[in-house]
Amino acid sequence: MKVKMLSRNPDNYVRETKLDLQRVPRNYDPTLHPFEVPREYIRALNATKLERVFAKPFLASLDGHRDGVNCLAKHPKSLATVLSGACDGEVRIWNLTKRKCIRTIQAHEGFVRGICTRFCGTSFFTVGDDKTVKQWKMDAPGNGEEEEPLHTILGKTVYTGIDHHWKDPAFATCGQQVDIWDEQRTNPICSMTWGFDSINSVKFNPIETFLLGSCASDRNIVLYDMRQATPLKKVILDMRTNTICWNPMEAFIFTAANEDYNLYTFDMRALDTPLMVHMDHVSAVLDVDYSPTGKEFVSASFDKSIRIFPVDRSRSREVYHTKRMQHVICVKWTSDSKYIMCGSDEMNIRLWKANASEKLGVLTSREKAAKDYNQKLKEKFQYHPHIKRIARHRHLPKSIYSQIQEQRIMKEARRRKEVNRRKHSKPGSVPIVSEKKKHIVAVVK
Amino acid sequence: METAPRPGRNVPPKKDKLQAKRKKPRRYWEEETAPTSAGASPGPPLKKKRNGEVRLQKPKNTRSSKKSRISKKPQVPKKPRERKKPEPQRSLSGAQDPFPGPAPVPVEVARKFCRIDKSIKLPRSKSKTRSKLEVAEAEEEETSVKAARSELLLAEEPGFLEGEDGEDTAKIRQADIVEAVDIASAAKHFDLNLRQFGPYRLNYSRTGRHLALGGRRGHVAALDWVTKKLMCEINVMEAVQDIRFLHSEVLLAVAQNRWLHIYDNQGIELHCVRRCDRVTRLEFLPYHFLLATASETGFLTYLDVSVGKIVAALNARAGRLSVMAQNPYNAVIHLGHSNGTVSLWSPAVKEPLAKILCHRGGVRAIAVDSTGTYMATSGLDHQLKIFDLRGTFQPLSARTLPQGAGHLAFSQRGLLAAGMGDVINIWAGQGKASSPSLEQAYLTHRLSGHVHGLQFCPFEDVLGVGHSGGITSMLVPGAAEPNFDALESNPYRSQKQRQEWEVKALLEKVPAELICLDPRALAEVDVISLEQEKKERIERLGYDPEAKVPFQPKPKQKGRSSTASLVKRKRKVMDKEHRDQVRQSIQQQKQKQEKAKPKGSRPSALDRFVR
Repeated sequence: MKVKMLSRNPDNYVRETKLDLQRVPRNYDPTLHPFEVPREYIRALNATKLERVFAKPFLASLDGHRDGVNCLAKHPKSLATVLSGACDGEVRIWNLTKRKCIRTIQAHEGFVRGICTRFCGTSFFTVGDDKTVKQWKMDAPGNGEEEEPLHTILGKTVYTGIDHHWKDPAFATCGQQVDIWDEQRTNPICSMTWGFDSINSVKFNPIETFLLGSCASDRNIVLYDMRQATPLKKVILDMRTNTICWNPMEAFIFTAANEDYNLYTFDMRALDTPLMVHMDHVSAVLDVDYSPTGKEFVSASFDKSIRIFPVDRSRSREVYHTKRMQHVICVKWTSDSKYIMCGSDEMNIRLWKANASEKLGVLTSREKAAKDYNQKLKEKFQYHPHIKRIARHRHLPKSIYSQIQEQRIMKEARRRKEVNRRKHSKPGSVPIVSEKKKHIVAVVK
Repeated sequence: METAPRPGRNVPPKKDKLQAKRKKPRRYWEEETAPTSAGASPGPPLKKKRNGEVRLQKPKNTRSSKKSRISKKPQVPKKPRERKKPEPQRSLSGAQDPFPGPAPVPVEVARKFCRIDKSIKLPRSKSKTRSKLEVAEAEEEETSVKAARSELLLAEEPGFLEGEDGEDTAKIRQADIVEAVDIASAAKHFDLNLRQFGPYRLNYSRTGRHLALGGRRGHVAALDWVTKKLMCEINVMEAVQDIRFLHSEVLLAVAQNRWLHIYDNQGIELHCVRRCDRVTRLEFLPYHFLLATASETGFLTYLDVSVGKIVAALNARAGRLSVMAQNPYNAVIHLGHSNGTVSLWSPAVKEPLAKILCHRGGVRAIAVDSTGTYMATSGLDHQLKIFDLRGTFQPLSARTLPQGAGHLAFSQRGLLAAGMGDVINIWAGQGKASSPSLEQAYLTHRLSGHVHGLQFCPFEDVLGVGHSGGITSMLVPGAAEPNFDALESNPYRSQKQRQEWEVKALLEKVPAELICLDPRALAEVDVISLEQEKKERIERLGYDPEAKVPFQPKPKQKGRSSTASLVKRKRKVMDKEHRDQVRQSIQQQKQKQEKAKPKGSRPSALDRFVR
């Protein structure tokens, strides 16, 4: 007879002293872990609920401006520094860690229309309603010195926007035409026009640095190559585009913030169909900025809210609003991709977390592991109706909520009418136009 | 820069150049004749490049020796994903890694951890979805391989009992086993002589550390049976029908003559649940925190012990219920009835999930094994049957016993114990997940009284038997799972650990509505509502937005896209699609025919007419 009994030595399973960690032997055999799926589901449900409980995105409000904040700029080298220009011509530089204004400049008379930093972070440019372009040093003037711009360029017309080249000492302004300037000269290197209307904004492509995009009041988006004297091509939309933003990771993708409450993500090689129509806002979209990862962007709207959209989704994943925030005019995603800043009509700059329920500060390794595990669970069960409902639920102010309902009804009525019209007319005479193509009027080369 | 291939080298020149460029600076202690290319190297060929043109030729004997070194189980043929072998590291001494590449994984073990059925082909879907599915599958495979590798870390081996040549293990007496095993194991065999209040029902706690016993004449006791420390002992002055630990050893449910009572480990009565009256059998579903009670009035009642609410009270409409078992795999309750049927119940459904006709007489006992694959039943017709629970509920094996078994129990490793009068029989299968073979008993034992309750102790090679003469703890080598998972149930846990575990377990309490026959159903795609949604959407929009658009040829160069040629190109594509369709339908027909054909029969001349 050969016999062996299961006989464990307790010393192998119990800690020796109270100072030791408890021993936790594991066995991953599935029969020892029954109800794997239901238990994971419940964990995912709990994680989703906790995410909503901890969703407190609002961090700080920076006040000090005496008029609405019209434009914002990030510092290219310092995460803590941010610049803002207001409607009374004042430019302020803020320190985000201290949440304080560190410098104030009366830069222009009338609005500060645009502000941008030089790629090296030593100086910045502003344009204003007083038809000037001014270059300022980033450092404050020494004791007793006066606050004066490095250079001032007097233009003939009002400039409405400015953007700096990402590598070269050149910048572009827009107004009645798009001008490209060398930093050393007082005359533009070249000016480009296509049509006769005021251009709202101009943006350099961060990857293909010679490319620019601009949008004008005559509803079009025009693309330029700095090396050529003429524009490349333009796309005409239903309504005016307020601003565009290039994807920092994909050279030919850009997103346009439109007056018709939508945002359009275009591939510049095929402008006739946008890659995605992002709709959730209930009023004109005023500004858009990409996250440095290029996967998401944030948009600011006249409906007093900002929304975060994934690039490949047509619906937003997040909406931020507060009782006191009025029409949001400008928005920026910080370079560490963790925070969002928005400047609004009521003179405040607000700082938000990009991920509403993220815990700030250093995480212990166990916290990190738990966070990753929960994230994976949420991903795995995201389509289950109960979990989806909780994850999607957002409280909205009544104005936005009722607007959404109203627009839903309007859209439904329009759709029904179209279906009826199609039913009662000759087959093929009322073609089906997809939502993406609906808003594109023409592409001109 | 030279581009022409150099003569006398079998390696492409560009790579050669790269190689030359990346050549490490040679140190003075290194050999003078360090091999520069695979062709020129003496001895074992070295792998120099990542792209695998010169593949490392492993000598066969290395592999086989490694096999014998690491495990005696069959080896997996190398997974295609892991073909990328790391370059053999040469240490300073020039020694080569004798076991290059990833560690091998035994097939059987990896299969145990596999959660996806790879035989099912991925459905035709959008490329995005498809790539996602492929990634998920690859990840799953990787995790199963990793889990299989971690099997090496398990500390304990299961027990066994083997006779000499021709010796029947069933003839081996408990006294012999006790004599042969070590002192610690021998101490696990004991008899409690309690003739006064018997017969006894008993229950082990989930960790296998504690034992609760309840005598028919009101004797209730709970003890740490390993250290033989008594926790409480009371007499409830009422007949005790059944006894059961709740989620931990702190709480104890006792089915008394009239009502269900809940005691703590001090013997203090915490609750008297009057909604559950005249209870005959108790089952506790640990992951749902449900106490299932079967009563004389024919009701199956589910009590949620975490909030104290009755979740469901189901009328089985089959008279007195006195036979109950739970399926530990899916938390379905099996009830045995006097008409020979076994019905399967879930609190979410008012009707039984299934009814199985098992015996000609009434059902006397049921047991379900821990993988939820096999159910053993015994009836008044003296039969002991084993059923397959995976779908068809067919009997796998049956045996007539002289007396018929009154009590049945499965162990963690699939041993089946049956109590017949005052005799215990234990049958064993081939492996862990195989059904026990009823021909030859593994062990037998005669008790001093008639059996009244049976349970294998979790994580110990012990079978507890309650009988009219008291309690007997039998040694059954090879019954229990040797390696426990401490986060699931830890026999050596401290009080603090137990409290923490309790909080975690309560947080992930599975709702009662999720109990169904297939516990993995929650992870499957809800095809029905998906299709319904799609149908509704098409109806609402008036067209199918996901329909394939007809091919529209793109205009070619000037002069090349006349109307005729456009039509021709269109035609070509359409014809191709049509051909594909026809080919597919022919293939489907063929498959159908092959399925319809009975396997193993000789082809007949009449087969050609089969449609």
